[in-house]
Amino acid sequence: MERQPIISVKDLVAKYGEEVILEHVSFDVYDREIFVILGGSGCGKSTLMKHIIGLIQPDSGRITVDGDDISSCEETTLQRVFRKIGVLYQSAALLGSMTLAENIALPIKEYTNLPDESIDTMVRMKLNLVNLVGYEHYLPSQLSGGMRKRAGLARAMALNPKILFFDEPSAGLDPVTSSELDDLIVHLNRALGTTMVIVTHELPSILAVAHRVIMLDKRTKGIIAEGEPEYLKDYSQNPFVKRFFNPRAEGKALA
Amino acid sequence: MKASSDLPSIRYEISGEDDGAILHLYGAMDASSAGSMIRKIVPLIKDRRPATLEVDLEKVSYLDDFGVLVLVELRKTVTQWKGGFSLKNVGDEAKETISAVHFDAFEEVDLPFVRKYRPNVFIRLGEAMFRHISDIKYLVGFIGSVFLSFLYVCLHPKSLRADDTILYMQKTGVDALPIVALISFLMGLIMAFMSAVQLEQFGANIYVASLVSLAMVRELGPIMTAIIVAGRSGSAFAAEIGTMKISEEIDALFTMGFDPTRFLVVPKVIALVSMVPILTLFSDLFAMAGGLVVGVFMLDLTANAYIEQTIKTLKLFDVFWGFVKSGVFGLLIAWIGCLRGFRVRGGAASVGEATTSAVVSSIFLIILSDSLFSVILRYWG
Repeated sequence: MERQPIISVKDLVAKYGEEVILEHVSFDVYDREIFVILGGSGCGKSTLMKHIIGLIQPDSGRITVDGDDISSCEETTLQRVFRKIGVLYQSAALLGSMTLAENIALPIKEYTNLPDESIDTMVRMKLNLVNLVGYEHYLPSQLSGGMRKRAGLARAMALNPKILFFDEPSAGLDPVTSSELDDLIVHLNRALGTTMVIVTHELPSILAVAHRVIMLDKRTKGIIAEGEPEYLKDYSQNPFVKRFFNPRAEGKALA
Repeated sequence: MKASSDLPSIRYEISGEDDGAILHLYGAMDASSAGSMIRKIVPLIKDRRPATLEVDLEKVSYLDDFGVLVLVELRKTVTQWKGGFSLKNVGDEAKETISAVHFDAFEEVDLPFVRKYRPNVFIRLGEAMFRHISDIKYLVGFIGSVFLSFLYVCLHPKSLRADDTILYMQKTGVDALPIVALISFLMGLIMAFMSAVQLEQFGANIYVASLVSLAMVRELGPIMTAIIVAGRSGSAFAAEIGTMKISEEIDALFTMGFDPTRFLVVPKVIALVSMVPILTLFSDLFAMAGGLVVGVFMLDLTANAYIEQTIKTLKLFDVFWGFVKSGVFGLLIAWIGCLRGFRVRGGAASVGEATTSAVVSSIFLIILSDSLFSVILRYWG
C-alpha cells in the first residue's frame, strides 16, 4: 500500500543551550498510522514531540506537518497546523478554572459556528466517547488522574484533528485504565482515521497499539531502531533494543 | 467568524410529500459545515413538520461526529412532534462513525445539561460564614504553629535551615536595596520640594531638613519599605508556597517528617524580620540624601548646615522606634504571605488569588499596625 507521509522530519538537530539533545534525526509518519516514539528516560522523546507540534523551534533541520513547514516560524503556518493537530499532554493540561464541559467546548466554540445547544450536545458526545458523561460540571481538580486524562483526550479530539499527539498517555494510570486508553486510541484510529503519534516507554501499550515505532537513544542522540514493534522485539540485533523489548529475559540471563 | 455566509456553502434538497419528507445531504459533514447545516436545515424542517423524515446520506463524502451531531439535531427536531426518523444509504465508514458515538442509544446523552443549581442567598450567606470561620480557625492555628516552630528552633538552633534563611535574606533584603534606595531618594526629593515651597515663604528653609528626616525616620521610611517588601517578597512567598501546595511538595515534606511550618515559614520570617529594619535604615538615609540635594541646589543651604539640622532634629529614640516598627511589619508580611500560600486549593487561579490577597492584606496590616503604634506612642511615649 502506497502511503503518504503526513509528518516528515528531516535532519533535525535539537539543542538546549549548548547541550545537544538530538542529532540528525530523520523519519516519516504516514497517514492513518499509530506511530510510537520510544526510548529510555532523558533520550529526548518529549523534546522531539515538542518540536513536531511547534512548541520549540529546531536548531536546524526541517519538519513538515501535513505539507506545512512548521520550522518556518511563520505565525499563519503555525495557526494552520494547530487546527490539524490535537495534543494530550502528560498532565492533561485542562484549564483549572473551567469545568470539563467548558474545557471541551472551548475549541468548538472558537472554531465552529454551531448553535449553543448543539455545542452542549457535541460536548456530551465527546464526553460519551471517553466515558465521562455526567461529569460535565466537575472541575479538573475534582477528578482522578485517569478521568482527567480522558477529558484531556476529549478536548484534544474536540475538532477531530487529523493528527493526535500523546505525551506519555499511560503515565500515572493504573494498568486497567491504561489499557482502556490504549483501546480507545486504537478505536479512534480505526473509526476516524486519525494519525496518532505517541511518546511512551510503556511496553505493553506499545505492543498493543503501535503500527510502527522509532527508538531514540541518549548516547547516539538519534534513532537506533525503526520498524514494527513485533519485529523489533524478536529480530533486532541492537542489544539496547533487545533489552527494552525483553526486559525480563535479559534479567534472567544476567542472574 | 460565526456568520454562516462566511463558511463553505452547504448543499441539500428536500423532496417528498408533507407527511413524509426525504432530506438529501451532499458533501462533507464535518466541523466546518455542521454549524451551517444545523442553522439552515433545522428551521426548514420545523416549518414543514413532516410526519416522517428520511435522511439520505448517499452523496455525503465524509461524515464525522460533527456530522452525526447534525443528524442528532434533526432527529431531536422531528421528535418534537413525534415524527419518525430514519437514515438511508449509509456508507460503511459513516456506519462505523455513527455506531462509535452511540447514535442509536443516544437518548440519555441527548438530554440537555443539568445546569448547576445555584443556591439561594441564605445558603450562600451561611456558606460564606462557615468559610470565614474556618479561615479564622486556620489563622489562629497558624499563629500557634509559627510560634511553636520558633520555640522549637530557639531550643534546637541546629534545626534552623540556615542556608535557606541566608538565601531569603539575600532575596528579600540585598536584592531589594536598589529599588528601596531609588524610591526613598525620590520620596525625599519630593518631600523637600513640597515643603520648600511653603517654608520658603517664612524664610524657614533650614527646617526642610527637619521635616524630611523626621517624617521619613518616624513614619514614611518604615511604611514605604514595608510596602515595597510586601509587593516584592510577600507575594513571592504566597506564590511559592501555593505552588508547592498544588504540586504536593508540602505533602511530601510532611510525610518525610518535616514540619512544613518550620521548614518553610521560619526562614522567611527570620529573613524579613531582620531585613526590613535594615532596609528601613537605608531608606531613611537615601531620603535624607534626596532632601539634601534639593536643599543644596535649590534652597542655597550648605550641605553642612543641612546635615547638622538633621542631626539636631533626630533623637535616637525616633530611629529605634522606626526600627522596631519595621521589624513588626516584616513579621506581618512574612506571616500573611505564608498563610495565604498555605490556604491555596485547586489550581493556578487559586495561586493568583493567594498572591493578590497576600499583598493586599499585608499592606492593610502594615497601615493598621502603624496606626496602633501611633496610638501607643501618643499615650505611653
